[in-house]
Amino acid sequence: MAKSHVTMKVNGKPVEALVEPRTLLIHFLREQLNLTGPHIGCDTSHCGACTVDLDGKSVKSCTVFAVQAEGADILTIEGMASPDGTLHVLQEAFREMHGLQCGFCTPGMIMRAYRLLQEIPAPSEEDIRAGIAGNLCRCTGYQNIVKAIQYAAAKINGVPFREAAE
Amino acid sequence: MNETTLTAEQRTERLQGLGCKRKRVEDIRFTQGKGNYVDDLKLPGMLYGDFVRTPYGHARIKNIDASKAKALPGVVAVLTAADLKPLNLHYMPTLAGDVQAVLAEEKVLFQNQEVAFVIAEERYIAADAVELVEVEYEALPVLVDPLKAMAADAPVLREDLKDKTDGAHGKRKHHNHVFNWEIGDREATDMAFKKAEVSIKEHIVYQRVHPCPLETCQCVASFDKVRGELTLWGTFQAPHVIRTVASLISKIPEHKIHVIAPDIGGGFGNKVGAYPGYICSVVASIVTGRPVKWVEDRIENLSATAFARDYHMQTEIAATRDGTVTGLRVYTIADHGAFDACADPSKWPAGFFNIVTGSYDFPAAHVSVDGVYSNKAPGGVAYRCSFRVTEAAYCIERAMDILAQKLGMDPAELRLKNFVRREQFPYQSALGWEYDSGDYHTAMRKVMDAVGYDKLRAEQKARQEAFRRGETRELMGIGVAFFTEIVGAGPSRNCDILGIAMFDSAEIRIHPTGAVIARLGTKSQGQGHETTYAQIIASELGLPADDIAVEEGNTDTAPYGLGTYGSRSTPVSGAATAMAARKIRAKAQMIAAFMLEVHDDDLEWDIDRFRVKGNPEQFKTMKEIAWAAYNRVPPGMEPGLEAVSYYDPPNMTYPFGAYICVVDVDVDTGETKVRRFYALDDCGTRINPMIIEGQIHGGLTEAFGIAMGQEIRYDEAGNVTGPSLMDYFLPTAVETPKWETDWTTTPSPHHPIGAKGVGESPNVGGVPCFANAVNDAFKFLGSTHIAMPHDNWRTWTAAEKLGLHG
Amino acid sequence: MIPGAFAYHRPKTLNEAVALLFDLGEEARPLAGGHSLVPMMKLRLATPEHLVDLGDIADLKGVQADGGDLVIGAMTTQHELIANALLGTKIPILRETSLVIADPQVRYVGTLGGNVANGDPGNDMPAVMMCLNAVYHAVGKAGERRIAAREFYQGAYFTALEPGEILSRIRIPVPAAGHGYAYQKLKRKVGDYATAAAAVVLTKAGDRIATCSIGLTNVAETPLWAEEAARLLVGSTLEPAAVKQAVAAAEAITAPATDNRGPAAYRTKMAGVMLARALARAAAHAA
Repeated sequence: MAKSHVTMKVNGKPVEALVEPRTLLIHFLREQLNLTGPHIGCDTSHCGACTVDLDGKSVKSCTVFAVQAEGADILTIEGMASPDGTLHVLQEAFREMHGLQCGFCTPGMIMRAYRLLQEIPAPSEEDIRAGIAGNLCRCTGYQNIVKAIQYAAAKINGVPFREAAE
Repeated sequence: MNETTLTAEQRTERLQGLGCKRKRVEDIRFTQGKGNYVDDLKLPGMLYGDFVRTPYGHARIKNIDASKAKALPGVVAVLTAADLKPLNLHYMPTLAGDVQAVLAEEKVLFQNQEVAFVIAEERYIAADAVELVEVEYEALPVLVDPLKAMAADAPVLREDLKDKTDGAHGKRKHHNHVFNWEIGDREATDMAFKKAEVSIKEHIVYQRVHPCPLETCQCVASFDKVRGELTLWGTFQAPHVIRTVASLISKIPEHKIHVIAPDIGGGFGNKVGAYPGYICSVVASIVTGRPVKWVEDRIENLSATAFARDYHMQTEIAATRDGTVTGLRVYTIADHGAFDACADPSKWPAGFFNIVTGSYDFPAAHVSVDGVYSNKAPGGVAYRCSFRVTEAAYCIERAMDILAQKLGMDPAELRLKNFVRREQFPYQSALGWEYDSGDYHTAMRKVMDAVGYDKLRAEQKARQEAFRRGETRELMGIGVAFFTEIVGAGPSRNCDILGIAMFDSAEIRIHPTGAVIARLGTKSQGQGHETTYAQIIASELGLPADDIAVEEGNTDTAPYGLGTYGSRSTPVSGAATAMAARKIRAKAQMIAAFMLEVHDDDLEWDIDRFRVKGNPEQFKTMKEIAWAAYNRVPPGMEPGLEAVSYYDPPNMTYPFGAYICVVDVDVDTGETKVRRFYALDDCGTRINPMIIEGQIHGGLTEAFGIAMGQEIRYDEAGNVTGPSLMDYFLPTAVETPKWETDWTTTPSPHHPIGAKGVGESPNVGGVPCFANAVNDAFKFLGSTHIAMPHDNWRTWTAAEKLGLHG
Repeated sequence: MIPGAFAYHRPKTLNEAVALLFDLGEEARPLAGGHSLVPMMKLRLATPEHLVDLGDIADLKGVQADGGDLVIGAMTTQHELIANALLGTKIPILRETSLVIADPQVRYVGTLGGNVANGDPGNDMPAVMMCLNAVYHAVGKAGERRIAAREFYQGAYFTALEPGEILSRIRIPVPAAGHGYAYQKLKRKVGDYATAAAAVVLTKAGDRIATCSIGLTNVAETPLWAEEAARLLVGSTLEPAAVKQAVAAAEAITAPATDNRGPAAYRTKMAGVMLARALARAAAHAA
């Protein structure tokens, strides 16, 4: 099958490549762009480990062909820290609140949390749980992920973060 | 501020040692997407392997035609059993003393069993080629009910074992029989039942489930023809064992095999054993002279890799009328699927199932387990459970509830009445274990107080009356579970994996500037070892945890270990870490004495330094000693400051816990809402409370999944129903309850730092707690036992059977 | 996990898309959000040789008022539907339904058109469309035609769409102001298809039900419009006896599959329970 030419922006940088039409965006990112942050955890579009931010939308990159992303502006976990290495507040928050263990769901989880906080800058716990319902985690039981997102939201909004009593 | 003016608190604080909520080292790379997982690995010239799998549950292979696949551009080779047979690799030994087909030879024994291995230049081409391999089958009768496996007319599954009456664990009494394992005093137990004033009997089934880590199983095999050396990266919870097994079956000398387990995206027991994908990748690499990567997809993972549980337990308890237990009898049928690939220590074909007396002082008990074959995926494995401990805990905790119901006693009261008492420790159980330490009554009462247990029971009574009056269609259930589990395998006298004793190891080296590198024989898959082992070392050696690098998983550099599963890391390797550190400290003491010109015995250890007894301004910090170790040691002493410890634990450890949960069941839909879940865990010394809490949250969430919906089920035709995440119940953040955690601390008397391990406790205690809660909701209507999983339709069906739908 | 090969086309206009589908024939499929089709392709249950991506066609987006109807472009995503203030005010059952479809990521990409045209009995919107008496605009080589949602679904993955036709718009008559509505979905977890779901739109005259329309999801090979069940409720005050009758009538038309969500008999009963609960909620909403 003849290859297609695609151009898009990934983590702020223009990208040009040849792909098969059937090349999934997740494979394009991981294999051709060497961005191995987004992961593959299932085959049925359930787990969300592949989540990236595409044109301002949280998208499961395993369910999109690279050719569909022609002209898109994509942000992956690798683009979250500033060029000088300063971590995004979400990356800091996940560490602060022990919101990860094996780390496999984490890139997708953080990318989803990023967009969630754009949708709802001061989310309730219910908003957060519903907001990350497309991201599965086997290690944390979600409780500290919720805390991490609350911590990040508080920091972004400049309000104090109150942790629940031990 | 200098070394003389810092307070003891400040000096302790800066170590970030034992007991601190130290932030994790691993997170720095994981939150940036810079983890190093197997599928991230790219090697020049790397090929991709993919399996052709059978749709049949049981069939004879008539023909395999790979010609179309081989003709596809980009396909390098297609392996079948015929290619592996000359190398004697068409079967591989399992950890349970059986063999497993690497590629099916004459027949297939479970749906999705591996039949051929396609190797291609690209992942996508390999997938296309898989579709082009044509296999002809002749269907055979399927056996999926383990209770029928030993019927006289049951189909023969394992033709390779047809006339072998001697199995790996004794006599086989039927062509589908794997082993019988018996323990306890049958006579005494039978007597207890003869004399019993009250007894209960229930068939308790723990359904087949799967650990389902988010990252599937995968490997990259790279055979260097010039050097004759194999490098194998993989999702290995026990990398050294994989290396030894690889050497034994490939005949490549062990020093020429480099096994590396990089970052692993969750294990939960799924990644302990070896899989056909690993073997085929190694062979493919040898044959092609290029690296070969194999990454299974989710459906393959759920349907073909090691499952967990599938235990069918006929359970009986004998008791006095006032609720003192006198005997326990459990007869179990264990479904091992097509091959017994169970990851157990070799002398324990039913794992440590004999922990089934649980937290209770049974004077007599007897257990018998029969393993059987079936047309299902091979295994089982410890899904966050330490060798059948979850099965045992579910069994006894359900049975105690059923007994309480028969006696008309509150389930918490029955437990309090029968707990092993604090004074009885170390406690010899009727089934042969010596429990190291425990204080069950304190833990139980603490939890009951915390949740307001009596008030909950009063509320439940009121709601039951409201239900009877038709004022509500919800039933309230209170689940109580008190588990004792057995982890930290284990002493060499009774624990080995394929003949290798289950010690574990730590090697610690201090550099001249006081920085440290430690390597362990275990392998974290998310448990945070890089963070926690450094904390142990920090407290033992008085050097800041941030200055301590911890490595695991590279078998060339890490001392030999048996890996991480069964919550054994802290008990065994954690102990080795402390012991190695103490060896170093002993040497450091001599160096310090030399530097201070005093006698060794004149010194005492204080947090991060040796100081002269009675003269505390005279001290040498470990940091100063490290430098001295490399340039001025006492005459006759070697320079350097390092040690290795191989720790053979004197016993297992016995973490325990008290869990209470409250649920509300919607009788008309069968939905269960978890109102509250309170978990108290005692894991002995707590290394990092933040990490412990994370482990409890995660384990309880896995327990919730198991109790409320997970199952790997086969239909009559041998089709595995629902082996994808569409159906396999992994709860999202919406369904997952909020967890409340608490603790008591009863150190292990035999462990160097008193720690017991905790990772699996929540799964062990969580499942029976949920199950007891749902069952408790229906008790007042006469229900004694509803089987797991408690998904909506089964709970509704229970309500239907009780006539609740009018 | 890896789909079969195909050729990819990305027309700029609806006419171009229609022409392409006509020329490429049976082995061509339109691609909307792709979150039903691509998963099927990854399992190789669908192996189209051509995909015609509708993503660039401006004509397929947007929500307009047209007389007493709201007309929604087929490529409107669930996310856009949820955010649309006009739809939220005029046809609030759409937002309520959309929020229980899949998960946030899928809703960003999945389209209303895809959800209604796929023919998957598990999709939620079809029953709601039947309930609302929606009309689908289908565009093909022969031009545009309109198909009532209530006549659209013929079997599992079988709809009235002819090969080469694209669903372009969904036209929904705006329910009366003050109408009551509810979409009651029983599912195992977020992201799951319905074990059973009921869509109810009704109006009241005083205490009594004046009009009632009921749709049922995933309890047959097609979505169901429970005409008889609804008819039985008109004039009632939703008293228990009337609801019981309606529930029986609804159960009678179900023929669910037995799957991991439960046995067919259970799912039939759940259709009834969801209906009863949807009725209660809808009535509470209604003015």
